[in-house]
Amino acid sequence: MTRHATTMARSLPAAALALMLATLPARAQGLDTAIDGFFAATTTWFVNIIFSNFPGTSFPWIVAWLVVGATVFTLYFGFIQFRAFRHSIHLVRGDYSNPNDAGEVSHFQALTTALSGTVGLGNIAGVAVAISIGGPGATFWMILAGLLGMASKFTECTLGVKYRNEYADGTVSGGPMYYMVKGFKERGIPGGKIMAVLFAIFCILGSFGGGNMFQANQAHAQITNVVGAYPGWITGVVMAVIVFLVIVGGLKSIARVTEKVVPFMAAIYVGTALIIIGMNYDMIGEAFRQIFVGAFTNDGVVGGMIGALIQGFRRAAFSNEAGVGSAAIAHSAVRTKEPTTEGFVSLLEPFIDTVIICTMTALVIIITGQLVSDPTTGLFVLNEAGTQIQTVTGNSGVALTSDAFSSAFSWFRYILVLAVVLFAFSTMISWSYYGLKAWTFLFGEGQTKELIFKLLFCFFVIIGAASSLGAVIDFSDAAIFAMAVVNILALYVLMPIVKAEMNSYLARLKSGEIRKYN
Amino acid sequence: MTRKIVVGYDGSETARRALDFAMARARAEGNSIVIAHVLEWSPYSFLTPSEVEERHRRRSEELQRAETAILAPVVAEVEQAGIPVATVLRYGHIAETMARIAKDEDAAMLIIGRMGHSGFAARIFGSVAATLAQASPVPVVIVP
Repeated sequence: MTRHATTMARSLPAAALALMLATLPARAQGLDTAIDGFFAATTTWFVNIIFSNFPGTSFPWIVAWLVVGATVFTLYFGFIQFRAFRHSIHLVRGDYSNPNDAGEVSHFQALTTALSGTVGLGNIAGVAVAISIGGPGATFWMILAGLLGMASKFTECTLGVKYRNEYADGTVSGGPMYYMVKGFKERGIPGGKIMAVLFAIFCILGSFGGGNMFQANQAHAQITNVVGAYPGWITGVVMAVIVFLVIVGGLKSIARVTEKVVPFMAAIYVGTALIIIGMNYDMIGEAFRQIFVGAFTNDGVVGGMIGALIQGFRRAAFSNEAGVGSAAIAHSAVRTKEPTTEGFVSLLEPFIDTVIICTMTALVIIITGQLVSDPTTGLFVLNEAGTQIQTVTGNSGVALTSDAFSSAFSWFRYILVLAVVLFAFSTMISWSYYGLKAWTFLFGEGQTKELIFKLLFCFFVIIGAASSLGAVIDFSDAAIFAMAVVNILALYVLMPIVKAEMNSYLARLKSGEIRKYN
Repeated sequence: MTRKIVVGYDGSETARRALDFAMARARAEGNSIVIAHVLEWSPYSFLTPSEVEERHRRRSEELQRAETAILAPVVAEVEQAGIPVATVLRYGHIAETMARIAKDEDAAMLIIGRMGHSGFAARIFGSVAATLAQASPVPVVIVP
């Protein structure tokens, strides 16, 4: 950036954005095609590598990579997600927090901040896709993947805290970039720096894509579903302005409102699901029968049992981000002397995200009878194209979830739109932070450098909402999973360090050296 | 033996009246004063990632500000009046934390100012004075 441009960006960020906004819509159409074309030409190979299937199957290797990682961590740490579950809840409740540390970030706050970055479209739309393709049995595999993913989160978040950077002014920076560099050095293994740079690049791309454009795009799609079609750039500009006010203008009030409303929406969502399940309590047994039977037998779904397994694993991985490394950035800023405690707290994330919220969505879809089955054979009926199970309304994705909830409460679709928009927004705010941390890791800290990232981030909100940029969105999704490739590799290298930390902590907990305060 | 009077002090006018009341009592009975200031804080509020990152620095700043702007001036004043004085600065739910301070200090009495907002806001959020009147471990004086 030239000196002139830098000065302008520093002194007039609002004007710079206004200029951007003014020129964008007019060019949007041409720009869309141009960008899409550019991305398609240069990145398709990358997307193809990340999402390619094992030869002769429709099983993407990246899904296997995440699930194998989660299984290895589960075994290596001796099913820590079950052993430490109760203790994790005590930690979140503040039982082990020193009252003199009041005013610092609590475990509860670290958990909810990280959760607001993951709870989102995956829980609402992703599950519906999994069920409509993989049948009820997909739920079983989704829950299993969620339970295993808890061990991945534990590993990455413990490392995130252990190897974070603490600065003189009291702020901290952490995440996979830092544990790759410092952890590898400590173990005397080369390559940490290269992996950290790779991770940071993928993280920036992922923050523009899956954590931003994809969210804006889906939020716009949901709004138009309810209020009718209108140009996407309008949604994009509105969202970009709000994001701009929060991340550049430092307008904490908006962020604070969102952070307060998001858990509230999640509670309404789960609460409504529980009411619907309760209203159909006689169907609960049948729903679980379908889930278990579908998980191990061919109940007529696409791909049979393996199809259910792929869909379940895939959606769980997409939803809870275990192994991706993003949570390690979010959790590393917490104030704790024991890295292990943050690992324990973070392992609740996939549990809440996948095992509870995703399962609620699945149960409501199954119980309200959205899936059409043949009364004589008991097998599910596929749609005409044979790509998914026939649903009552013919919908899939968010629309299917909306149908299921609206069949009990017709007003729920409006709540759902609000939930999708707010979830999208809070995910964007979280990812803007993850991206910024990766950005400053690569380019160093500094107001101008950070402003450049933030303006780029706002710019991508508009692009994401304005267009159906298939290639761009594919690429950004791929970037998020590329983060997992680098991150899980680093976790394998560093897991003995986590084990030592964990054993030391558990021993001191057992001996009574670590005690409850209240 | 001298006993402690804990005064809730937040720099407001009513808190000032509470402190004056406490000083009169302390002088008359030879007690000491503990000036307590509580910074409203809930471990269950929600923060954005950047707020999480800055929290530790902000906390130091907040403590510093409370110490210099709120506590230091009145401490000097109470000392000049010849009354032994100490301060307590904590984060937490205001009423609960005040009650805990009174207990920890083994106070003879807790003196607070009436918070001012009556009616609607107090009905929804609960008033500190009303909560302490019900939950305080030591006698409470509420100064209007």
